[in-house]
Amino acid sequence: MSLKLGLPSKGRLMDKTFDWFAARGVRFVRTGSEREYAVRAEGLEGLEPVLLSAGEIPRELAAGRIHLGVTGSDMVREKLGNWREKVEEIRPMGFGHADLVLAVPAAWVDVTTLDDLDAVAAAFRARHGFRLRIATKYHRLVREYLTEQGVADYQLVDSQGATEGTVKNETAEAIADITSTGETLRANHLKVLAGAPIHRSQAVLFRARGAALSAEDAAVMEALRTRLEAAR
Amino acid sequence: MAECVAIRDEAARLLQHMQGLGAARVETDILQPADVLLDLYGEDIRARAFTTQDPEAGEMMLRPDFTVPVVRAHMEGGAEPARYTYAGKVFRAQDSASAAQRAREYWQVGYELFDGADVAAADAEVFALFHDLLAPLGLRPATGDMGLLLAAVKGLDTLESRKAALIRHIWRPRRFRALLDRFAGRAPPPEGRAALLAGEAESDAPLIGLRSRAEIEARIAALREDAAAPPIPAVQVDLLDDILSLRETMDNVARRLADFTVDMPALGPAVARFEARMAALAARGIDPAGLEFEGSYGRTSMEYYDGFVFGFTAPARPDLPPLATGGRYDALTRLLGRGRSIPAVGGVVRPDLLLEVAP
Repeated sequence: MSLKLGLPSKGRLMDKTFDWFAARGVRFVRTGSEREYAVRAEGLEGLEPVLLSAGEIPRELAAGRIHLGVTGSDMVREKLGNWREKVEEIRPMGFGHADLVLAVPAAWVDVTTLDDLDAVAAAFRARHGFRLRIATKYHRLVREYLTEQGVADYQLVDSQGATEGTVKNETAEAIADITSTGETLRANHLKVLAGAPIHRSQAVLFRARGAALSAEDAAVMEALRTRLEAAR
Repeated sequence: MAECVAIRDEAARLLQHMQGLGAARVETDILQPADVLLDLYGEDIRARAFTTQDPEAGEMMLRPDFTVPVVRAHMEGGAEPARYTYAGKVFRAQDSASAAQRAREYWQVGYELFDGADVAAADAEVFALFHDLLAPLGLRPATGDMGLLLAAVKGLDTLESRKAALIRHIWRPRRFRALLDRFAGRAPPPEGRAALLAGEAESDAPLIGLRSRAEIEARIAALREDAAAPPIPAVQVDLLDDILSLRETMDNVARRLADFTVDMPALGPAVARFEARMAALAARGIDPAGLEFEGSYGRTSMEYYDGFVFGFTAPARPDLPPLATGGRYDALTRLLGRGRSIPAVGGVVRPDLLLEVAP
């Protein structure tokens, strides 16, 4: 047995994750060909890195198939119900920052806040005969937020990509999406509602609460935690 | 497994009891069209109901309650007076942490009464049915009346648009409070409002999407009208607070309501209904001095109750949800009746919980 650590398999998130661990004395080295998803750890005996899609890491953590995993805090909240019972946030990693925000057409000069959106939703439903549509792929996060805020007369429509284009295409009236600079939103004639975002996301090192640990695994986990503590 | 058999037997016993009181037995499909439920409850229902997909019929939901399909079936067959009873499982997805321990599927046995001839007698009939049925278990009944709160909002001296906004959020206490504070001049206007009203909010972005320029201008006009209107008088806001914080026995509440009506005569008809109901309960042998009334009872549950509401809890088992709940839902029959409507009141009891608290 060994302590399994799920790592994002692609792009900047993977590079930054590798850098973050390297700064704490754990180096990940790609093995095999460039295209092969294989990697090994140097600097911490008994740690077994596994390359996975960032979107699948929450599920693997919840199932206990990996002991640790790096993914966005938004991913865990979106994909896992009662996420706190399933995973523990060991350390926010300080990169991969992005906000989940609500955005409406910039030409809606009468809408600045969530209160405005709620009032517009009521009028929109009365005028058009259906609920105001919000396009998103973050169904759980958005629904929980709007329920908590007491917003009514909206519906979520699924959009797995090019979400900013849905309003122009008239398949939605508003959107909820991840943004870091807001540039794509502006380019698509949308503006972000005032106030705090639905969620401020960043990359986080998570621990699976339900993964079985052998005595050796527990020792490796302890060594890693000590290492992280020392680097604070 | 033996437990499941016992629950089914208990459900059969309850069903027979209700049939013995003159209710016709009905069945509903487990798979319900999702659009009807979504239209009624909005997106929140997705967090509470199991959704599935049929290649032909599209999105379906495992029935989260019986009331909606029973009302639909009744309204399709006309809107004649009727008494129905049913027994079966309902299905509730448990997504949030607080609900993690609750059951995902459980039995309900229900009784629904469609009759507008004497609504006070109908309220009393349904309440008494559950009261008598549960009497051996030593449960604590609680009652409320959404009709009082609705009447108080409708009786406010203010713009119709403000009353409509408050009524729309009457089942969402937090937003209701925020709106009330703003309409009463107790909270500052939201960010950006002043500039908008001064005509300073402009955008050179092209207008995209279905919402038209005319709709934007109509809202600005409505906001201007709202800004020019005087705040809701403090005495009326206090009255709403008094109603919401009522927590006394029904006979004491009756005395308080008589005082409230002096301050707001528009409450009169709702108070008269409250008094008639109290008399009808007494006529069925239920003492109003022994019945708790809470002004905000039923406010955070599903949003179709609009009159009398009630529930029965087990004082010795605070971990259990209410064993029986019910209430009046006149507006629901109008929504689902396509032009027809009939006053209706009903309730459900959970056989699994009855067995848990049985002596």
